[in-house]
Amino acid sequence: MSSIAVRASRKKGAGLGLVAWLLGILFFLPIAWMALTSFHSEADAATNPPSFGAALTLDGYREFFGTGGGASPWPALINSVVASVASTLFVLLLALPAAYALSIRPVKKWTDVLFFFLSTKMLPVVAGLLPIYLFAKNAGMLDNIWLLVILYTSMNLPIAVWMMQSFLAEVPVAIIEAARVDGARLPTILARVVAPIALPGIAATALICFIFSWNELLFARVLTGVVAETAPVFLTGFITSQGLFLAKVCAASLVISLPVLAAGFAAQDKLVQGLSLGAVK
Amino acid sequence: MTATTTAPLATPHVRPVRQPSARLRAWATRAPLLPALVFMIVVTQLPFVATLVISFFDWNALYPKARHFTGIDNYQQVLTDADLRHSVWTTVLLTVAVVLVSLVLGLALALLLDRKFRGRGVVRTLLIAPFLVVPVAAALLWKHVLYNPEYGLLNGLLHYVGGPQPDWISNTPLLAVEMSLVWQWTPFMMLILLAGLQSRDQQQMEAARVDGASDWQIFRYLTLPHLRRYLELGALLGSIYIVQNFDAVFTITSGGLGTANLPYTVYQSFYQAHENGLASAAGVLVVIGSIIIATFALRVVSSLFREEVGRA
Repeated sequence: MSSIAVRASRKKGAGLGLVAWLLGILFFLPIAWMALTSFHSEADAATNPPSFGAALTLDGYREFFGTGGGASPWPALINSVVASVASTLFVLLLALPAAYALSIRPVKKWTDVLFFFLSTKMLPVVAGLLPIYLFAKNAGMLDNIWLLVILYTSMNLPIAVWMMQSFLAEVPVAIIEAARVDGARLPTILARVVAPIALPGIAATALICFIFSWNELLFARVLTGVVAETAPVFLTGFITSQGLFLAKVCAASLVISLPVLAAGFAAQDKLVQGLSLGAVK
Repeated sequence: MTATTTAPLATPHVRPVRQPSARLRAWATRAPLLPALVFMIVVTQLPFVATLVISFFDWNALYPKARHFTGIDNYQQVLTDADLRHSVWTTVLLTVAVVLVSLVLGLALALLLDRKFRGRGVVRTLLIAPFLVVPVAAALLWKHVLYNPEYGLLNGLLHYVGGPQPDWISNTPLLAVEMSLVWQWTPFMMLILLAGLQSRDQQQMEAARVDGASDWQIFRYLTLPHLRRYLELGALLGSIYIVQNFDAVFTITSGGLGTANLPYTVYQSFYQAHENGLASAAGVLVVIGSIIIATFALRVVSSLFREEVGRA
């Protein structure tokens, strides 16, 4: 290429980089505005034109955490932590052995089994919602956080099996065979050979399962009440306007989204793989 | 399984001792899989069978004694009831609009991010963020903080340029829901398409460039054919998630103003109207729609999957 063409393409490259930056900022703007508004007073939050430079305050957060007299979000936050963490642990417990039987020591027709798991993910939540509700009602399990734990486990298990299958398949069979020939037994092989290679993938899987459980609304809304309500259900309390409450809404939305944002950024590299059910690496 | 049980039968007197051990070994291989498999069948497949059964009953939870078998009446009612038919149409419209727009935007962003420029990592992070806001929180953000006609950010910004001050949700309710969903789903599409772009054969592209192919020619004849399956995958997975969307409809319009989609209708008809039979029939219809999408989705996933396995 001539030097003029190189310079022209470099200039074009810089221009497109600028476009990318602008679009990135545009997409992030609602979140930035949410964060800024959460630190404004209610009066400054509800102005037109918007008050960009208004004084900052923690009142929105005080209101949200209930020191202002409203309902405390702590029970809902704790329920969400229990539902997300417990279901993620159950998912790992069930998915790890399954992924092992689908990759390192595969059963016959292992791809069929893998696709069965995937097909359950394509069954919409509403398909089983009513029978689950009726079952829970008769079994006295309505408004019980452990019912959500079971449902979230089933919701995430297919994703986890797919992801972990692909991570475990990356462990070279030759290394496992070599360890076996050297006399290593299965627990040793799993701990010393498989785990170090597969651990980053397992961690990412766990983070993605955590995100999906934390976000879930429909099951939680239908199956829980006052005792077992989760953070998203708590947020639905803000659906109807209640006078000046924008700063409080923003504070609440931001606090409840923080665990997801943190987990998402931590799992950034494996996010695509998880979201595409392992189809894209 | 058939192989392990029938093969020894053909020569039973030659190696009779090996039969149980082979079977045992097959079960030992299968054992780690069983808990997950059984769990999934019990928790996801059984309730659906129950939904299917209930959908053939006239059953209002407030009048449990009047429950009786009605055949396909519920389906006829779902498909002929104006409101319910409207919700089928809304579901299609919502899904197609959100998937198409976020796919096109996602492709544009992925192409931009595929180039090297200063701060690419930061821009990528900024773009992923909308997908990582809790869906209810995102819907609340759009409903109250952006769309509010009096003090929302959108009208606030329009105020600066002397633009109109529309009441977004009342004037264009479905569009309002769609915009918030496009905002959340564009990052998803971008991530999948970016992964697709980065898996292109760099040597082939270099060769095309040396041969004098223009940027547009490379995009049209190399990039786009390669991306086809990633576009399909994004569209199908997006459809599967958005057909099921409940959070945005529930939060932004509470199903009002003609925005009730099928999942919301199912929720409403049994949670508020206690019409178990009708709700189940509507649920079964959602499933049939999903199965149609899913059949294609599984085909795409499986072709990508076999390619990956073949490469390994």
